[in-house]
Amino acid sequence: MLPEHPPEIPIAIHDLTVAYHRKPVLWDIDLNIPKGVLGGIVGPNGAGKSTLLKASLNLIPKTSGEVLIYGKPYQEQRDLIAYVPQRESVDWDFPVSALDVVTMGTYRKIGWFKRIQKKHKDLALEALDQVGIAHLAKRQISQLSGGQQQRVFLARALVQDADIFLMDEPFAAVDAATEEAIITLLKDLNSRGKTVLCVHHDLATVSRFFDHLVLLNMRIVANGPTLETFTRDNLQKTYGGKLNLLEDIAHALGNLGK
Amino acid sequence: MSWDLVIETLTLEHHAVRLPVLGVTLLGFTAGLIGTFLLLRKQSLLGDALAHATLPGIGIAFAIMISLGLSGRALPGLLIGAATTGLLGILTVLAIRRTTRLKDDAAMGIVLSVFFGLGLVILKMVSNLPGSSAAGLEHFIFGTPATLLNSDFYIIAGTLLLTAITTSYLLKEFTLVCFDQNFASTQGWPTLLIDIALLTLVSIVTVVGLQSVGIILIIAFLIIPPTAARFWTHKLKTTLILASLIGAISGWLGSSFSSLYYKLPAGAVIVLAAATLFLISMLFGPARGVIPRFLRHRKLQRKVGRQHLLRSTYEILEQQQPNQAIQNLPISLSLLRQHRYWTRGELPRLIRQAKHEDHLERQPDGQIQLSESGFGEASRITRNHRLWELYLIKHADIAPSHVDRDADMVEHLLGAEIVQQLEAELDTPNTEIPSPHTIQPEASQ
Repeated sequence: MLPEHPPEIPIAIHDLTVAYHRKPVLWDIDLNIPKGVLGGIVGPNGAGKSTLLKASLNLIPKTSGEVLIYGKPYQEQRDLIAYVPQRESVDWDFPVSALDVVTMGTYRKIGWFKRIQKKHKDLALEALDQVGIAHLAKRQISQLSGGQQQRVFLARALVQDADIFLMDEPFAAVDAATEEAIITLLKDLNSRGKTVLCVHHDLATVSRFFDHLVLLNMRIVANGPTLETFTRDNLQKTYGGKLNLLEDIAHALGNLGK
Repeated sequence: MSWDLVIETLTLEHHAVRLPVLGVTLLGFTAGLIGTFLLLRKQSLLGDALAHATLPGIGIAFAIMISLGLSGRALPGLLIGAATTGLLGILTVLAIRRTTRLKDDAAMGIVLSVFFGLGLVILKMVSNLPGSSAAGLEHFIFGTPATLLNSDFYIIAGTLLLTAITTSYLLKEFTLVCFDQNFASTQGWPTLLIDIALLTLVSIVTVVGLQSVGIILIIAFLIIPPTAARFWTHKLKTTLILASLIGAISGWLGSSFSSLYYKLPAGAVIVLAAATLFLISMLFGPARGVIPRFLRHRKLQRKVGRQHLLRSTYEILEQQQPNQAIQNLPISLSLLRQHRYWTRGELPRLIRQAKHEDHLERQPDGQIQLSESGFGEASRITRNHRLWELYLIKHADIAPSHVDRDADMVEHLLGAEIVQQLEAELDTPNTEIPSPHTIQPEASQ
């Protein structure tokens, strides 16, 4: 019997398969992300974590399957979703300021051909303030540190005023202060009923950051509350024969008790 | 050649060259404008492939018009032909990209050379057609603004108008797609359509520019002005304006000189004019130019060096006079060398520099002593340094063992405002603050 995907589920993925050059990257993904979770997607390199996000957002073609946002196709629900791409996915040498990038989050509301107005810049500035770098608004983006660039991306998502946040490695290579700022922000979003799903690579912080976990290695190994899914057994199934990771896993599990 | 003629040409007073010079200037403006987006979209090579792929179209259009009994050199017909095979070239690149695993640069390289080769063959064949004189078609390869007619000038002016209006209405759409295509597409923007609009404008400017600048070098007209503009600014709008102006000036100078020295190929002279502006920008552009960057770096280096010297001196004085108000006494160079690592020649250089700035004096016995202002400065720098150390320990999640190294790097970037903030935040009185880590005992001698 097929699993159910009721319409109150923010992200319901049904039998999703994605293949690059005939090689499947994701196999028969069937997944419900419950409302209001702060979720992490973890798995080894090449497990298809980013691909799962991108396929859900129609950024890459699906070989089969569908993704429903509150029971409707993604195209009809764009306003509900904010996407934070990987930081390396853009050219940070681009001649724009931090404020300009965040303002891009309002372009959809502004619409075709219309100019950016002061109220849109004010919204963007507010979002920059929320991530703690309003004082850097005018700075060109190449002159920001990695952590600050990540915060700019986050602010751009905030300004969209979405209900679901999909983030690709927001914690990758950021400084400790930024990590703390981001997790505080995500927990705040979460407490306001928003659903957050992050691709994440650092097993040591999983239990501290996320209350929901998707363990992924081309297929779903486990999906559920972190306390139930973050087990030695599941991690071994996810990371398989990558023995050098076993120590990490033991360490990560050790952190669970904290 | 008389000097008057040069002036007349540049000021557009010389009748025979007024049209070509003005035309190429407007074209340069347009190319700089749309070229900025082409560069930011990282599709420069695609623009080059497009330009080269226009050549077969020019030859074929010529043959068709001759066979219809028309003049083979009617510009609108030639431009339609050029646009057709240019577009075909781009589609071939896209098809190769889709169906094979070849990298972009390989796909474009193949298309660029094959279409250009085909064009040369076709050009040779049509020039052998009975009753036709294909002479003049090779203008399209190197560019000859002198052949511009009134009607051609209107085409260029129209292109400028179209490009300016479109980019001003689609500024944010173009910017978004150039900066972050994936994000644009999650927001529901039809990125492919916006990309096509952008490439269409590039194609129009390219095709219109062929006659004046030529197939081989038109890409330089699109790419050099925006790259030069980037040295002057970090702002997109300023980049657009500067790129347009640099393009216009290159076109103006290039076409003027190529008309004065008639045998020089116009495209080449225009590109050289643009390259000169590029070189000037690369050297002097305040945002990223080589010389301003070098000067900034040297200024910072001197500042850091001065602070190291003054702080070291102050710390030595502190160690010599524990538990009392510190007096400004002379100290020996060997103490300084023990206190901190200096590279070869660094210490004498810094001392010379500090002497020059009246921060310290050299005693006849070789010892150094801070001047009155140097002593004040040394005390201030040492205090800021410690404030910063305390700030890092209290507020940032950085192990105290790393603080000293970080503070050394960053204190030089602190302004007065931040120092005040630190003082308020740390709630420390405006007096001496002890170093948070134990001061190394003086090396025993």
